[in-house]
Formats: sequence, C-alpha cells, structure tokens
Amino acid sequence: MFRVTRRYEFAASHRLHTAQLSEEENRRLYGKCNHPYGHGHNYVVEVSARGPADGTTGRAVDTALLDEMVARQVLDRFGHRNLNAEVEAFERVVPTSENLAVEICRSLKAHWKKTFPAEWPKLEKVRIAETPRNIFEIRADEIE
Amino acid sequence: MVITRKVEFSASHVCRNPQLSEPENGKLFGLAANPHGHGHNYVVEVSLAGEPDPVTGMVLDLKELKEVLNREVVELYDHRFLNYEVPPFDRVIPTTENIARDIWRRLEPHLNQGGRKLHSVRVYETADLYVDYCGDETCSA
Repeated sequence: MFRVTRRYEFAASHRLHTAQLSEEENRRLYGKCNHPYGHGHNYVVEVSARGPADGTTGRAVDTALLDEMVARQVLDRFGHRNLNAEVEAFERVVPTSENLAVEICRSLKAHWKKTFPAEWPKLEKVRIAETPRNIFEIRADEIE
Repeated sequence: MVITRKVEFSASHVCRNPQLSEPENGKLFGLAANPHGHGHNYVVEVSLAGEPDPVTGMVLDLKELKEVLNREVVELYDHRFLNYEVPPFDRVIPTTENIARDIWRRLEPHLNQGGRKLHSVRVYETADLYVDYCGDETCSA
C-alpha cells in the first residue's frame, strides 16, 4: 500500500471575523487577522491518497486525474479570490485554515468517486500550510 | 521514536508499459512516456523506529544510517538511467511508487536489527509529488 501526496498552491485573501461576536471581541480574538479589509496568503495544499500500485501502470494514483479534480474543486474556486466575499462556503463560516481544510477535504471527498470510481485509491488526508509556520491537517475519515 | 535521514540522487527514467501501444502509453503516462527518458533530482527520506540506546543515547548513529543509504541506494541509483542500469527496473516500471518499494526492499535487511525497524521510505520525485511506503503496514499519519 502506498501513500501518494501531491502539493498545490493558491493565493487568496481572507478576513477572520464572526458575526457571533462584537467588533471588540473579534478584534481581541483574531488580532491582525481581523483587520477590516482582509489580507492574503500563499496557501500550500497537500492532498494524500492511499492505494496499491496498479498492475499495468505501476502507480497508485493517476496524478493527472487528481490534478484535474484539485484544479476544479480547489484552485479554480479559491485561487486569487477573496474567500469571505467570493466563496459560497464561507458566506456564513469563518475562513480560518481549519475551516478551509474541512471545505477542501469535504469537496474532494464528495467528488472523489466521479474521478476514481474503483475501490482504490482512497482520499486519505488534506494538509494546508497557511504560512510555512501554520499548518493544518485533516483526515478524510474525520468528516462525512 | 522515529529518526529520519535524507539522501538525494539524480537519475533518469521513462515510464511506459511495453505491453501497451504507443497512444495508450502516452495517455497513461503523458510526458513521462517519452522513450528517450527524462530525469529528476530524487530526494529520499528514510525513517527508522526504535528506542535510544541507554549508553549512546542514539537509536542508530545517523552516520551509520547514511553509510547504509549511500551503499545500498545512492551508489546504485545516482546518475543512472534506471530502466537500463538498475534492476528491477528493466522489468518493473520506475514509477515513484515502485522506486519507494525497491528502496524499502534493499534497506530492510540492513536496518531491521538491534530492536530497530525500518519505519517508512518517502521518495520525492519533485517537490510537488512524493510517495510514502511502509512495507506491509499502512503508513500512519
């Protein structure tokens, strides 16, 4: 069994702010991430899938198919966007990298079988680095 | 405890299955099917599980691990055309998956001793694509 990991990047802006707290509480909680006009990151996303090597190709994952799915579900949706203003998933959800990881993992999981209809490979995890120092990881079996 | 040593080698390869037609190989492997081959700077991370020795405080002297990696992997793979010069890749397609498994097989007999066990082999074909192999085990997080 192999784990194949592919690394992608996109740049996006966001602002951490929740309607459930007051302006002052938001400022205290999120600090500079709450600045009113938002700010951006070069997000690095690693998608890992697990499976045996295919007898014909010697590969566990067709990375061209994975690239296509990630381009559609992640890079096209988030790349050079303001996550708060332009991405439906974050209309009511704070675009923290935790929530971004959940959304990316959920979306890949929902579309996985269309791209990979066989038993293998399976989506294993998604890892997001918001900056090189802040890293968030979620396993596919942690979400529905 | 898990300790990791990283080594690098540069090699060329071509990914194609001789049982398939030219267009099928092109469709499956894309540019990697170019029969003249192409190369990568491979990066290999080898991890070993064990407990620190009560006297030395080390799981294994990383110098020793480096010597094993150089002797068993780097000297064979480095600056070679894998399909032509490094068995089993005369018969097995040198995908990153198969390279990780071959490195595991070469290293395991030399490292599984003294209470230590080979834990994982990670092979980076590029910075954007890597494979983890953990033998019969499923790689844990």
